[in-house]
Order: sequence, then structure tokens, then C-alpha cells
Amino acid sequence: MKRFLLPAFVFALLVAVLFIGVQRAPQKTVIPSALIGKSAPAFSLPVLGSTEQFSESSMRGRWYLFNVWGTWCPECLNEHEMLLEVARSKKVPLIGLNWKDDDAAAKSWLSQLGDPYDVVAVDRDGEVAIDWGVYGAPETFLVDASGTVVYKHVGPLTQEVWQSEFLARLPSAGGAK
Amino acid sequence: MKWLFVLLLSICGVSVSHAIDPIEMSDPVLQERYRNLSHELRCMQCQNQSIADSPVGLAGDLRREVRQLLEQGKTDQEIRQHMRDRYGDFILFRPEFSPRNAWLWITPVLLLLIGIGVALRIIRQRVSLAPTDHSNPDDVGHDQAGHR
Repeated sequence: MKRFLLPAFVFALLVAVLFIGVQRAPQKTVIPSALIGKSAPAFSLPVLGSTEQFSESSMRGRWYLFNVWGTWCPECLNEHEMLLEVARSKKVPLIGLNWKDDDAAAKSWLSQLGDPYDVVAVDRDGEVAIDWGVYGAPETFLVDASGTVVYKHVGPLTQEVWQSEFLARLPSAGGAK
Repeated sequence: MKWLFVLLLSICGVSVSHAIDPIEMSDPVLQERYRNLSHELRCMQCQNQSIADSPVGLAGDLRREVRQLLEQGKTDQEIRQHMRDRYGDFILFRPEFSPRNAWLWITPVLLLLIGIGVALRIIRQRVSLAPTDHSNPDDVGHDQAGHR
């Protein structure tokens, strides 16, 4: 009997490893961000429809959402209603990064669908998106008051994700200003 | 027959056009380093292609980034680290050792050692049995024992 003990143990271990692997398989398409727990990459970019520049350092002391979008991105259209709802809730400021897009197209998108953003920074050649490790729009980052990236969601923002991943992390008292 | 040939040719044409890398650098040494690096970095949007092979926009941006870093005089290792800081281990086709993926590197070695240990034990058992076999070289039973 004793000689079967080790093979049985190895087999059980293999089953456990494969089981966990299969359980987690659906998440494999989403690559975890390397920026979680690190400070948000610095940038200074032109503001959409303005001559001003926007820098992430101006958000220091406040939590904010950083949403990467483009008018060429169909999933961004799908999440737009949710972004408007987030903006209406006034829980947290929403900063947009208009990624590799056309200014005129971006402006008409916002005037037609509604503008949920406090500021939209324009990243026409995608340099800042690389610094943030963006690999597909839409992506939404949650950054805390010290400028540290707390969470990143890849894909359209949904009510479930907003509730469970973002609202749950926001400090309930002083999150919105 | 002829149409088959044409079809094959056109397929070859398609794959070649994807592998072509539009960025040319002035310095042939940098060009070679650029070629190597761009084949080592994964295109995050089309995960089984390198940024050198992918026609996707982001891959083009990353190629430009690699070229700029090379021109700034960064070493290959610095460029790999630059990409890793932004996109994580996943962007490297040859991941580097880190506490997070340590078990991935250690497990095969551990399994190999266990395998060698088990093999040695079995061989020792066989060897200790061997003298009884050799005592009777002409015995028919010896061959059977040898094949077991």
C-alpha cells in the first residue's frame, strides 16, 4: 500500500494545479498591470480643445480615474454611458486620455454623446500610453491621492466592475471633491 | 496544378509582407540590436507575435520606442527593463528570474533532481540483483531477466 502513497500524492498535486489553472483561465486574456502600487507615470499633454497643458501632477492630493479611449475603439462607445453615469455620481474626477485619435473626431464624439471627462489629455502618437502600459482601449486606472496606481481595468467599464473594483477601493468619506 | 502554385506563392507573399520591418536605422550595429530586441518583445495586442512581426498600431509605437531608446544610447538590458516596468514580465518572450516567477524556474530543476534520485534508486536495486544474473551466463532465463 505504501508504495502507492507518493504517486497518489503527486497525482493529487497535479489535479490541484490543473484545476486552479482551468479556474483562472478566463482571466488569462487580461494581463495584470505592472504599475499597480507604483506612482502614476508623469506626463504633460495638450488638453483637448484648448491651448493649455495637462499634467498628472496637478491631480496630486485627489483620487482620480484615468480612462484611455479613442473614437476608433468600438468598446469605448459601449462603456460611454457608464462613464457618464460615473461622472454624474460625482464620486471621483474622470481624466480622459484620447489615445492616437483625431482631435476633431474626439470633439464631435464628446459633443454628440456627452462629455463625462473633467479633462481630456491628447496623446496623439501614443507615447504616454506606452508609459502607462496601455495595450488596448478602453483601459481605466484608479489613482490615489498620493499619485499611486491602485487598480487597472482592461475593457469596457461595467456597473459590476465599477461597484466591486472601483467604488470598493475609493475612500468612502473624502473620495470626491 | 498551376493555380496551386499561384496560391502557394500568394500565401508566401502575405507572410513575408508581415515580417517586413519598416524601420531602418543609420548605424548597422544599432540596426542589428534593434532587430534582435524587436523580436524579443511581445506584441501585447496579438500575443503570439513579436512587435517586429505585428502590423498592429501599438506594435509600431513600441518599435518606435525601442528605436528611440537605442538612439539615446540605452543598453539592451535597460530597454528590456524599460518595457518590463510598463508592461510587466509578459512583454518579454524570454522572461527573467524574479521572486514572482521563481517557482516556474525552480520546478523543472526540482523535478529533474527527483527523477534522477528515483532513477538512481532503481539502478542500484538492479545492480544489487545483477550478480545472480552473471553467475549463469548461459542460462536462457538470463536474457529474459535482462529485458525486463
